[in-house]
Amino acid sequence: MAKIIGGITTSHIPAIGIAMDRGLTETPYWKDFFDGYPPIREWLHEQKPDIAIVFYNDHGLEMFLDKKPTFALGCAPKYENADEGWGIATIPPVTGETELSWHIANELVEHDFDPTICQDIKVDHGLTVPLSLMYPGHNYQHLKVIPVCINCERHPMPKPSRCYALGQAIGKAVESFAGDQKVVCFGTGGLSHQLDGERAGIINADFDEECMDKLVSDPEALTKYSNDDLIEIAGAQGVELNMWLAMRGCLLGKVTEKHRNYVAPISNTGAGTQLLLNE
Amino acid sequence: MTEEKKSPWGTIKFDGPMATQGYALNKMCFSFNNAEAREEFKKDEAAYCDKFGLTEAQKQAVINRDILELERLGGSIYYLAKFAGVLGLNVQDVGGIQTGRTTEEFKAYLESQGRGKNNG
Repeated sequence: MAKIIGGITTSHIPAIGIAMDRGLTETPYWKDFFDGYPPIREWLHEQKPDIAIVFYNDHGLEMFLDKKPTFALGCAPKYENADEGWGIATIPPVTGETELSWHIANELVEHDFDPTICQDIKVDHGLTVPLSLMYPGHNYQHLKVIPVCINCERHPMPKPSRCYALGQAIGKAVESFAGDQKVVCFGTGGLSHQLDGERAGIINADFDEECMDKLVSDPEALTKYSNDDLIEIAGAQGVELNMWLAMRGCLLGKVTEKHRNYVAPISNTGAGTQLLLNE
Repeated sequence: MTEEKKSPWGTIKFDGPMATQGYALNKMCFSFNNAEAREEFKKDEAAYCDKFGLTEAQKQAVINRDILELERLGGSIYYLAKFAGVLGLNVQDVGGIQTGRTTEEFKAYLESQGRGKNNG
């Protein structure tokens, strides 16, 4: 059976991609942030996962308000990135996967999740920045990616508890897949931040660190929050914690934390990254 | 029925009613993913707003670069970010505009909540 070997959390803010493109990673502003990634890259290099399930949100590249899925699952052999309107460089196509993807689709529907199943979607910075961070120089095309998109832009949004349960259902689907693939799961975005309104700019570093602790040892405690709670505690875009919870839901074994970094502010956010092992 | 929490101060929850009110505005901003559309907008902003059916109030707020007003009129920050991009503004500039700060003051506010930077 296929095996989920671990989970990675990371920010996906566009400024990270722009900093990499402009060679700013060693500057004082960025150094402590980028110093958090070599241990994760080394682990990926050693473990050589075949497939990455990436939980992300679409910020208005593919999924406009006209037809916006609550949960969407990619089942395509390839995913293109494209112009997002404000200047982040477009990256080469991302390799997809069609066998485990369809197995997950079947298993999710069988277990009462009904995602929108996508055979042709563009993926935005929510997915491409994490890939670029893990594989600098766009050396990610050997990795087969299964995108799972979660609505974090328009209310009503799926609840934290539901996102965690979605992850659990995906984790079980992977375990029931006949194959010997090694799978890693990415939870992207976050942590605390608010881009809109007079309250723009709030960051809650204490809460972010608590989330990172709980994500390891007691993720169910985080599922007790509502999205309204997250808005109040972590800012309007603090709801991106939902992608981290979905990732954590996939890890059904004994979970240990191998690495962590947290830096704030990066752009307008508290930027956390973690490497979790699933045994 | 589930009881909804009141949004915190200075936070406009982008929900169904806001999305209904702002649909044309957000659709216009969504078009800015396309480089040709950005150029067309720059040539005649009012005409471009009319093409998408924005209300007069929305059109005025676009012309005035009034980001907060656009949010009150149903603009989603994810689509307004594309509008800000056309104007050459980044998220710190937009944060400053919304909070009555200069960009430098807004960055200082972010830094005042900082943690984990040894080199910055």
